[in-house]
Amino acid sequence: MDSAAIRLQGIVNAFGRNVVHDQLDLTVRRGEILGLVGGSGSGKSVLLRTIVGLRAPQGGTVTVLGEDLYGVSPSRRRALQSRLGVLFQDGALFSSLTVRENIQVPLRERYRLKPRLLDELASVKLALVGLKPEAADQYPSELSGGMRKRAGLARALALDPEIVLLDEPTAGLDPIGAAAFDELVLTLQDAMALTVLMITHDVDSLVRITDRIAVLLDKRCTVDTLDALRSSSEPWLQDYFNGPRGRAATAAVVSER
Amino acid sequence: MSAAAAGATLVHRADRVALVGDGDWTIDAMGRLDAQLQRLVRDLASGTAPVTIALSDVDRIDTSGAWLVHRTRRSLEAAGHPVNVQGLDHAQDVLVARVSESCFAKPLAPHPDMRWMRRELANLGDATLGVLDEITRLIGFLGAVSSAVALGLARPWRLRFTALQANIISTGLEALPIVGLMSFLIGMVLAFQGASQLTQFGAEIFTVNLLAISVLREIGVLMTAIIVAGRSGSAFTAQIGTMVVNEEVDAMRTLGLDPFEILVVPRVLALVIALPLLAFFANICGLVGGGLMCIFALGIPIDQFLEQLRSAASPTQLFVGLVKAPVFAFVIAVVGCRNGLRVQGDAASVGRLTTQAVVASIFLVIVIDAAFSIAFNFLGI
Repeated sequence: MDSAAIRLQGIVNAFGRNVVHDQLDLTVRRGEILGLVGGSGSGKSVLLRTIVGLRAPQGGTVTVLGEDLYGVSPSRRRALQSRLGVLFQDGALFSSLTVRENIQVPLRERYRLKPRLLDELASVKLALVGLKPEAADQYPSELSGGMRKRAGLARALALDPEIVLLDEPTAGLDPIGAAAFDELVLTLQDAMALTVLMITHDVDSLVRITDRIAVLLDKRCTVDTLDALRSSSEPWLQDYFNGPRGRAATAAVVSER
Repeated sequence: MSAAAAGATLVHRADRVALVGDGDWTIDAMGRLDAQLQRLVRDLASGTAPVTIALSDVDRIDTSGAWLVHRTRRSLEAAGHPVNVQGLDHAQDVLVARVSESCFAKPLAPHPDMRWMRRELANLGDATLGVLDEITRLIGFLGAVSSAVALGLARPWRLRFTALQANIISTGLEALPIVGLMSFLIGMVLAFQGASQLTQFGAEIFTVNLLAISVLREIGVLMTAIIVAGRSGSAFTAQIGTMVVNEEVDAMRTLGLDPFEILVVPRVLALVIALPLLAFFANICGLVGGGLMCIFALGIPIDQFLEQLRSAASPTQLFVGLVKAPVFAFVIAVVGCRNGLRVQGDAASVGRLTTQAVVASIFLVIVIDAAFSIAFNFLGI
């Protein structure tokens, strides 16, 4: 079996004449938590959309779990996509459905299960992401931002995907909520043997939970460990990790160790 | 995937029972596995024989499989059997433990399932209360708008002329082609249908009277109001609603700006100015359309047509039609703005309230038109 969960080779993405990614390579290993960072407009979200099959790149191949995502037939691609779970920035919950129904959507779509089992599975997912049973019958508009993200994660996990992609999971959460979300990702990754690709601007969660970090810089991507990136001479990385906020975050973790 | 092989069987040994699992305990096999395990648990019934859940032949297990392990263990224990789970590798063990420790004590309440009779009655009651509530709120809003408009007219320097002008352009000027075309076509249809009836009595020439009176008194202004309700009333709701969702309206309030003055008043005034002009334009187009039909298709000479038109289309008829236009405009704008400000939080309500605004304003326009007809009838106009 291919040891890589996701393998991007020679990806080219461009909007008109504005080239966002040029010959970008990236490999996400199975079972790791990979952080994806980059300045605003460096194409993090575009890359995420390319990986989950929402945007075909102008060049290069996307291999997910050993299969060429844009080379296989549409039905094969849908099957492949169901092995990916995506948490969009604000949860992207279906606003006309309750949280319980949101989690059940992918289950209903793919399997014929009894209502009782559907409810049981929804409650397992709710409990796993740390939501209270009361949240099950609330609508997304009635939830706080943090709860919406948890509910979105519960839906992303509904089919027990092998890979989970998180788009700024801790943005907009208070520090306690953000730390709790980090722990949640860690325990889920441990229990479900997930591969996690996480876009984030949160240096705290980068140092806390990621195994490696991918940096989008100059239309390319470099992957390395936090320590290696911190000692890089690249000015943007210097600013990112050794600026006032980055230094505080990394110092806190180093002293914790 | 070897999901088809998933299953569980009971093996009775001397003093204990083994529940042996097989295949992949994943979501793909859930439907069958769920029923199978429930049956096995029922077959065992209550007792004190120790049960071993032996899962060493289970290849893969996901959260739903882990849930079934946990549920089976819990219900067997509840029936009095001591249970132990064997044969999971470390990762699977972690998963089952995680699911067991985090799951809720009680199952989720099933969906509320009332009898249909009760449910329909409850819905009817809800809807009635909703309508009553909305009527009181609309009246309140009407008052607020009226006072804001009056205040604006009393202090014209505070009116937002740029916004007013932009709204007149978008609701009036840009609606000219569609309003004109619709009225033109309706005029033609009216003339044609009228003539085909009136020729039976040899009264073809009265087609002109029919055309003039129906276009000037009713059709011109009514068609215009309906088109404007669909075009501008919905736009008002969508524009203001989107601003509410974006918290722009809240931002205005915190900056000390009055959303009424900035959003509602210019729109209401703009429509009150634009709709009568549009209606007048619609009247002309309707008469031209009907006239062309009379002259070219029915063969009424042009001078005779004009003569007949002059006698039928008195200023009173024009006035009776146009006097309704500002009222319609006011209602359409108020309903549109009101629904925009009713939006709360989510984007979905913008769509719902926009639809509602169009339906409500067309309904109100027709009700008010009927009221006008009755009033004019009493006044003998």
